[in-house]
Amino acid sequence: MSRNLLSAADLSAPEAQIILDSAEQMYAIQSRQVKKLPTLRGRTVVNLFFEDSTRTRSSFEIAGKWLSADVINISAKGSSVSKGESLRDTALTVAAMGVDALVVRHATSGAVQRITEWVDCSVVNAGDGTHEHPTQALLDAFSLRRRIGDLAGRHVVIVGDLTHSRVARSNVLLLHTLGADVTLVAPPTLMPAGVASWNCATSWDLDATLSGEVNGVVDAVMMLRVQRERMSGGYFPTEREYAISYGLNPRRLKLLPKDAPILHPGPMNRGLEISSAAADGDRSIVLDQVKSGVAVRMSVLYHLLAGVDQPAPVLEEVSP
Amino acid sequence: MPAQSNSRPSSRHITTSSSTYGDSKTVLHADDVARVLDRIAHQILEKTRGGADVVLLGIPTRGAYLADRLAARIRAFGSVDVGLGMLDVTLHRDDLRTRGVRPLGKTIEPAGGIDGKLVILVDDVLFSGRTARAALDALNDLGRPRSVQLAVLVDRGHRELPIRADYVGKNLPTAREEQVKVSLSEIDDEDSVYIAMKSAPRSESGQPE
Amino acid sequence: MTGPSAAVLLRNARPFGGAVTDVLLTGGVIAEIGSKLEAPGDAEVLDGGGAILLPAFVDLHTHLREPGREDAETVESGSAAGALGGYGCLHAMANTDPVADTVEIVEQVARLGRHAGLVDVRPVGAVSKGLAGEQLAEIGNMARSAAAVRIFSDDGHCVSDARLMRRALEYLKPFDGVLAQHAQDPRLADSSCCAHEGEISGRLGLPGWPAVAEESVIARDVMLTEHTGSRLHVCHVSTAGSVEVIRWAKSRGIQVTAEVTPHHLLLTCDLLAGYDPVYKVNPPLRPAEDVAALRAGLADGTIDAVATDHAPHATHDKDHAFGDAAFGMLGLQTALGVVVEAMINTDLLDWAGLADRMSIRPARIGRVGEHGRPIVVGEPANLTLVDPDASWLVDPDQLASLSRNTPFAGRILPARVLATFLRGRTTSRDGRIVTPDEQVLV
Repeated sequence: MSRNLLSAADLSAPEAQIILDSAEQMYAIQSRQVKKLPTLRGRTVVNLFFEDSTRTRSSFEIAGKWLSADVINISAKGSSVSKGESLRDTALTVAAMGVDALVVRHATSGAVQRITEWVDCSVVNAGDGTHEHPTQALLDAFSLRRRIGDLAGRHVVIVGDLTHSRVARSNVLLLHTLGADVTLVAPPTLMPAGVASWNCATSWDLDATLSGEVNGVVDAVMMLRVQRERMSGGYFPTEREYAISYGLNPRRLKLLPKDAPILHPGPMNRGLEISSAAADGDRSIVLDQVKSGVAVRMSVLYHLLAGVDQPAPVLEEVSP
Repeated sequence: MPAQSNSRPSSRHITTSSSTYGDSKTVLHADDVARVLDRIAHQILEKTRGGADVVLLGIPTRGAYLADRLAARIRAFGSVDVGLGMLDVTLHRDDLRTRGVRPLGKTIEPAGGIDGKLVILVDDVLFSGRTARAALDALNDLGRPRSVQLAVLVDRGHRELPIRADYVGKNLPTAREEQVKVSLSEIDDEDSVYIAMKSAPRSESGQPE
Repeated sequence: MTGPSAAVLLRNARPFGGAVTDVLLTGGVIAEIGSKLEAPGDAEVLDGGGAILLPAFVDLHTHLREPGREDAETVESGSAAGALGGYGCLHAMANTDPVADTVEIVEQVARLGRHAGLVDVRPVGAVSKGLAGEQLAEIGNMARSAAAVRIFSDDGHCVSDARLMRRALEYLKPFDGVLAQHAQDPRLADSSCCAHEGEISGRLGLPGWPAVAEESVIARDVMLTEHTGSRLHVCHVSTAGSVEVIRWAKSRGIQVTAEVTPHHLLLTCDLLAGYDPVYKVNPPLRPAEDVAALRAGLADGTIDAVATDHAPHATHDKDHAFGDAAFGMLGLQTALGVVVEAMINTDLLDWAGLADRMSIRPARIGRVGEHGRPIVVGEPANLTLVDPDASWLVDPDQLASLSRNTPFAGRILPARVLATFLRGRTTSRDGRIVTPDEQVLV
């Protein structure tokens, strides 16, 4: 496994499986009374957030602390271009404090990869612009796997603002690696350029997709947050029309197979992309996603950091 | 007091093979492994007064299979169902930094927990003692047993910590650079214990401890 | 202007890549052409060894950053880069700080150019006041000034308002001016758009800059140019569709010319995959199909000129995430090598064709009388001598620019400028600048 996690595409299928398997063990630890493990004692993890995100930051913070790492949060919002400090200056300044890992969130695509060119420590992408959010994809896959088992051959539908979604990009990459089929559903204005070359199917018709007419029976559906400002950008006419066309409303819920879980990376726009009936029903695994987030991030930090002085050994034992 | 291994005349058992590990010699064959486990099971019943309050915690990967086998034997010999679980110690190891990350094994708490129980940790090879130390730490996170004992299939010496086993299948004097390998039919081709030279391409059960 | 220069005798040079001859430069002009010329007593003799002699290049599109960002480039450092790159004339873009929208600024830039004395610096005047796209700049005053501005451009910004565009095209007609348009519909591609809209922008999650944002503006502008009977120049054409529109407009007799940058002739958008802002440029790098169409357009003359869009940026303005970094690339010293690689080594142009696109037509578009002239006796001695067989490694630290943002760092480029002459005076020689002072001492 490489020293950094920048993209879901960085993970081979065996590596992704090992992270998810380890996350199972972390998940079990989460329900114990004593949640503290000594594994990363003496390691320092800095959450370097150029963009606010309480959930992701807290999730990484708890994950690091339960592994006994020292976790420091640095909000670098507005410290970059506007103040005249370059991204390089900021990254080098933080790394110079003797950091073992940087967990970076940035509003600009590729910013996290850029930072890896300047620092020696491990770097985890906690969301870069409209590019990727690999730990979100891992936690989505983890939650899904817990609910519906092995994802190979399963059909996951992702609906919403795909153009501007780092969650969608990472999910398409990881789900494909894990052998799942993905269908992206959005109006043409919210379909990413060049999506035809991605490893997934696409559709403009949510009803047909959920009914299994587009890419076969649906095993899970992920609703993405739709930013209200997309409306002023002319991506769709009104919230009403979006909700009717692409929202997971009670009528559409009936099209979805009874055992297909519903995911949402949060925060939800109730009444827009998701109805309360969908968000709060039995099929919703939204809260489990949050819980899974800590386990998955513990697993990621463990695999990136615990053996940092030594290249990771071959992952599987072989029988003599 | 550590139990003594049955020091059978070994010439019959020592064979050389030319596996991928280069020179190696088998020290326990399948029938030896079975006999050794029988004996440990009897010793456990004897030392714990019939297995009352006993919980076996196998250390993955091979220690967990050994714990399964011991539990089955204890049931057969003493008509008692001891508690059975698994304890992965990876996250408590002190050598991750130098030896690298490895995938996590499973931890399964026995039904009924470990509080107030007599926990017997089960592993395949006792070497430096670092796995046992990590297991004692990991155990802390699960609860507070009445006492803790250690059972191993092979004790190969070279301890780096003040740790000893309560039940030993076979004491095996080795050179530090040799590797002791345990095969179990659950995941390997057959039951056996053999010694390989360090030329081995990768570390195995005798090594990471 | 530079003082009277000593004589230079070029031996064994091949004008436009033709037959080997000697060329004598005296009194700022080409004094004699022929074989085995007699060297006057004070003449500097330079044996070209069969090197190619071309009219010095004319750049229609250079950002010299002065006034305003003298840490990134000055008129002097940019002039040096030009002389080393074989240029005899640079058009200094108007997007300085303050903007070149008044007589004072354009005359100051022209004066700084004369003072440096390495190339003729022709200021470009802004179309609109402050490049704001609202009110015309003082086009007439700048045209009539000592700087004699002929090219007007809001480059960096598109003159997107159709009415302002129409008025500007009409207004500059009496001055024989040309409007150089940065074609980018700001509603289709705003300032955040930094990657070709397509597979690359979708994959990298970068805001897409669609080809149509350029093509639709060019289409509108050629119609406005036809309507007004004025003269339009299209800056940094980057797409196959733009080439088609311009080809169509020319076939209708519309007075439109166009330029392409060296980087758009060689680099493709897949270079963005590593998010390195050295590849961030406006318009963005495009896919290989566009590069092929641009080369074909330059070869058949649909695109008239190669213009560098030399855009120096201080390192700290590039040390950001891709989306936050400044747009632009250096170009003056690498232009020749890139054009040779893209056009000559592919047999799309010969050396006369290269001179046409890098000197003759740009001079005509900018109404620069002394440049882009034939190599015959009596013409101004604005020349560059090129070794077509040499190759060199691009090392950013060795460039004359104050900035380092070349996308060609580490590449081996073909052809090398041996010497450049401005009105008979040597301005660069063997990769070194020859200042006017040194010249006097020779």
